[in-house]
Amino acid sequence: MLRYALLRLLGAIPTLLLVIVLAFLMVHAAPGGPFDAERTLPPEIEANIARAYHLDEPLPAQFVRYLSGVLKGDLGPSYRYRDHTVSDLIANAFPLSLKLGGMAMLLALFIGIAAGSFAALRRNSAIDRLTMVVSMTGISVPVFVIAPLMVLLFAVKLRWLPAGWSGNEGVARFVLPVISLALPQIAYIAKLTRASMIDVLSSNFVRTARGQGLGAYAVIRYHALKPAMLPILSYMGPAIAAILTGSVVVEEVFGIPGLGQFFVRGALNRDYTLVLGIVIFYATLIVLLNLVVDILYGVIDPRIRQR
Amino acid sequence: MSARTRFWASLRSSRTAAVSGGALAVIALIAIIGPLISPHDYLQTDFSKILHAPSIANMQIFGTDDLGRDLFVRTMRGAQVTILVAVVASVVSLLIGVLYGMVAGFIGGRVDAVMMRLVDTLYALPFIFFVILLMVVFERSLLLIFVAIGAVNWLDMARIVRGQTLSLREREFVQAARLTGVSPLRIIIRHIAPNLLGVVIVYVTLTIPQAILLESFLSFLGLGIQEPQTSLGALVDAGVNQMEGASWMLLIPAALLALILMCFNFLGDALRDVFDSRRFR
Repeated sequence: MLRYALLRLLGAIPTLLLVIVLAFLMVHAAPGGPFDAERTLPPEIEANIARAYHLDEPLPAQFVRYLSGVLKGDLGPSYRYRDHTVSDLIANAFPLSLKLGGMAMLLALFIGIAAGSFAALRRNSAIDRLTMVVSMTGISVPVFVIAPLMVLLFAVKLRWLPAGWSGNEGVARFVLPVISLALPQIAYIAKLTRASMIDVLSSNFVRTARGQGLGAYAVIRYHALKPAMLPILSYMGPAIAAILTGSVVVEEVFGIPGLGQFFVRGALNRDYTLVLGIVIFYATLIVLLNLVVDILYGVIDPRIRQR
Repeated sequence: MSARTRFWASLRSSRTAAVSGGALAVIALIAIIGPLISPHDYLQTDFSKILHAPSIANMQIFGTDDLGRDLFVRTMRGAQVTILVAVVASVVSLLIGVLYGMVAGFIGGRVDAVMMRLVDTLYALPFIFFVILLMVVFERSLLLIFVAIGAVNWLDMARIVRGQTLSLREREFVQAARLTGVSPLRIIIRHIAPNLLGVVIVYVTLTIPQAILLESFLSFLGLGIQEPQTSLGALVDAGVNQMEGASWMLLIPAALLALILMCFNFLGDALRDVFDSRRFR
């Protein structure tokens, strides 16, 4: 098991390196420098700025400097937020995004698995059909459509919940963002759970358990649940990526000062180092979380470890 | 009945495929013809008609936006751009993916292992953030959006084509062609490629909604299609800013976008079912 975990960990290193190289090259392949849009400066000052940000060095030297910074957790200075380093900005903004994304993920897992299992048990009933139509709709409607529609319905028309972040306190302001973020994942997880539960429930070991007189609840709890959860576990990687992407939209719609909002602002302001830093941060996060999922998969399903 | 006619027969019998495919055809037709018939232009601003609600009178059935532009023509124009971007981007990803997968599957062995290892590595990357990075760094243009989205979506196609090619390579008719001295290139063109057609069509139908999603996501954030050009994602974004007073500006493009995505997803699912049932008879 330890060997398996170590091998997966080693496998993640080239991926992370690739991320940093690709992102770095993309930014530095840009036509013009990061300060071009501003008023023209005397050449001496421009040269000074270039020197201050090490833009006058050859590309490989810049890359080595950047990479050694990244390894120490230093993502360089922000070009627009002049008094902050990129690492500072991420450290300040990420906890809020994490809270939001974590709540959405828990909600999605809980409701998605419950709805999917329920539909599988009552297969072809009206409830099953309804669950599947709702989940197909949920999969098709993107977060940036769901979130504004939720605001329109629950905040503007019904006035049940606050639409924005600032000026509101307490749990209420979390409700709409978390639900918007979770809905597509609820839909997807419900669909996956239903399919895999139906698969497992028709397998031989479940039939044997039923034949020995075990009740439906006990069969699910002790025999069917664990194997039926394997596809859900392997969906966790894409789900994490989708929630991160969704959080960019949700934070923009609700005005939440999380990392996603900094990312969009940075992108619109052409704050190269900030966007570069956040891309590397997001990518590392996703690769590492995928690694955790892989290892968990190995813990639950011993067949995987032997490969 | 040959395998191919059976494929089309079971496809015709799939009601989901027919309904969603038909709906898409109708939407595409209206999106193309609508702006031609309408007396309004998608660029023409009219400050005497700012934020008018939808009405039959005056031919403005979707109302007007915050600059007095006709929303019906703008929405149809947006749908055109959205579908165009999705189709072109999907063709880009199809070309890369089919070529890559075919080469890897046909050569096999160590080359295949290395090529597929690269695909696995790329798979783990959160590409959407790289696309945003591209949009930040380079001049935003339609061409860049095509290429960026196409470059993201080819991985699935490469995997599937490679798997199919591997199994086709071992089939009798390919072996026979090889024994009679047909050149590898000709085998790929004459024997492998035609047999990949079905699976490629199925996966393109599933790639298109992903491309639509990506394009509208970028445009929603203001990083994709730029004013005065528009797309459904950009219209949803504009609608969000006006939703308190003029909810139609949000509801109409949002509904159309959701409808198009749903049709493609249902169509893709139905096609895949037809295809799988044929393969695993």
